[in-house]
Amino acid sequence: MTAMTAMERVLTTLSFKEADRVPFFLLLTMHGARELGMGIREYFSKAEHVVEGQLRMRARYGHDCLYPFFHAPLEVEAFGGEVVYPEDGPPNSGAPLVRSFEDILHITPPPVRQTPCLQKVLAAISALKQNVGDTVPIIGVAVSPFSLPVMQLGFERYLDIMHEREDLFSHLMRVNEAFCTQWANAQLEAGATAICYFDPVSSPTIIPPEKYMQTGFQIARRTLASINGPTATHFASGRTLGLAEMLPETGTAIVGVGMDEDLTELKRAYGGKLSLLGNLNGITMRHWDKPECRRQVRRALTAAAPGGGFILSDSHGEIPWQVPEQVLENISEAVREFGRYPLAVPSLNA
Amino acid sequence: METALAHNFQEALLGGDRQIATDVLSRAVGNPPSMDALEKIVVTALDNIGASWERGEAALSQVYMSGRICEELMSPYFPHTDDAPLSQSRLAIAVLNDHHLLGKRIVLSFLKASGLPVQDWGTCTEDRLVDQTLENGVDILLISTLMLPSALKVGPVGKRLRENGFTGKIIVGGAPFRIDPSLVEEVGADATADNAMECVKMVKRMLQEVPA
Repeated sequence: MTAMTAMERVLTTLSFKEADRVPFFLLLTMHGARELGMGIREYFSKAEHVVEGQLRMRARYGHDCLYPFFHAPLEVEAFGGEVVYPEDGPPNSGAPLVRSFEDILHITPPPVRQTPCLQKVLAAISALKQNVGDTVPIIGVAVSPFSLPVMQLGFERYLDIMHEREDLFSHLMRVNEAFCTQWANAQLEAGATAICYFDPVSSPTIIPPEKYMQTGFQIARRTLASINGPTATHFASGRTLGLAEMLPETGTAIVGVGMDEDLTELKRAYGGKLSLLGNLNGITMRHWDKPECRRQVRRALTAAAPGGGFILSDSHGEIPWQVPEQVLENISEAVREFGRYPLAVPSLNA
Repeated sequence: METALAHNFQEALLGGDRQIATDVLSRAVGNPPSMDALEKIVVTALDNIGASWERGEAALSQVYMSGRICEELMSPYFPHTDDAPLSQSRLAIAVLNDHHLLGKRIVLSFLKASGLPVQDWGTCTEDRLVDQTLENGVDILLISTLMLPSALKVGPVGKRLRENGFTGKIIVGGAPFRIDPSLVEEVGADATADNAMECVKMVKRMLQEVPA
């Protein structure tokens, strides 16, 4: 088969057909700073750093997307929150933005076009789009309205209002839905191909499916319907099997699955409805030698790649800073070796 | 009857229903309440819920709400968990370098609901955690982390503590340790627990082992 562009490869798998090989997304954010020889804070201070980092990493590893995601607390920064920059990990949200329940009623959606930290991301997406056109998917990111409050309020306070303060919960969801829609659509207008809708709170790891049905599911259905492009729903390592009946009804195209989940079982449960994204373990990955990289790639491909509908990636949506470049190269090499369709993946026991 | 009440209590906790949990517990423990019955029903429910979480059958929100409700229900019977000078407690819990406190809050609730007083230090930097531990003479230090960089910092914290004469135990928890159990040994911690109630049992065992 003639080699496809990354875009063709990804679109083929999303239509549940086999491409020239299995597409893989190395969801790299901070590693771009190492490519450019700078610290994480400096790296994320300018769009051009991220653009250069993303292009260099794709040239190095040959994976099938560009991922101009800066970091999750960027959205909280847009709301006026604090971002903490460690030297050896992803920027983190600082003390919660909201200090008391009543503060919630004063939260309003920040205007995307007038918020400098968001503009940086849009500038990075535009520059990447100019560079690759329609040959490589550019993945934008929006934290779901239902999951953003973990950073806005702190997890504890958020669970308290979710269970006991319907009035505050509803207000916050209205604000966050308005913001999420604007933010996702601004990224699509800037050139993003699709939006990764990060919604870890909706995972059965965090809330029971019946609660999801009443909350995160309804919010996702409304929000995804108002986003003017394709979406992938990511649960940032959370379990997803229990959502197989509901999730396709939200309108998403891809589910980011957990590292402990059985890909064969997930493929059966989501088969033909959603494509799977996952499920390499980013935390243990930092110690993988070459044989382990090959073993892990083969494991995932054997279970999930036949027939398309699968993109190999890590399970968290961000590969830790501690993962060495050599590991990423070994994973890339293993995908090129074992991921060519038609698959000839030998049994893991062979 | 007892089994049905215990089941109903557990279901009320899983449903986050404080009122039903309170009513069921009152019926189960009698008037005046029997401490044995009280502890048995609460500890058994939390134990079962912890095990369900481990098996992937209960969600984190259910574990959190259960711990919080039980902590409230038990506080009249264990006044020392709130009122005793915390400096006298042999246990301390902190979150290292992170403002995400949920994991710590859950363990704290389970410890308090089990009658164990704990010094709650909230979010700590590495320096503060070392200083507080040495100054307060705790025997068991529980460190919660959210992300890998913080989990890796437990290593240098433990090393500094040992170098400065700390002879107690360090229990670690949080997502990085669940995702990669080999991290516990890598950072030189003494143990981790698969769920909050396991942590309570571990602490009780360690309190017997570590001389006061």
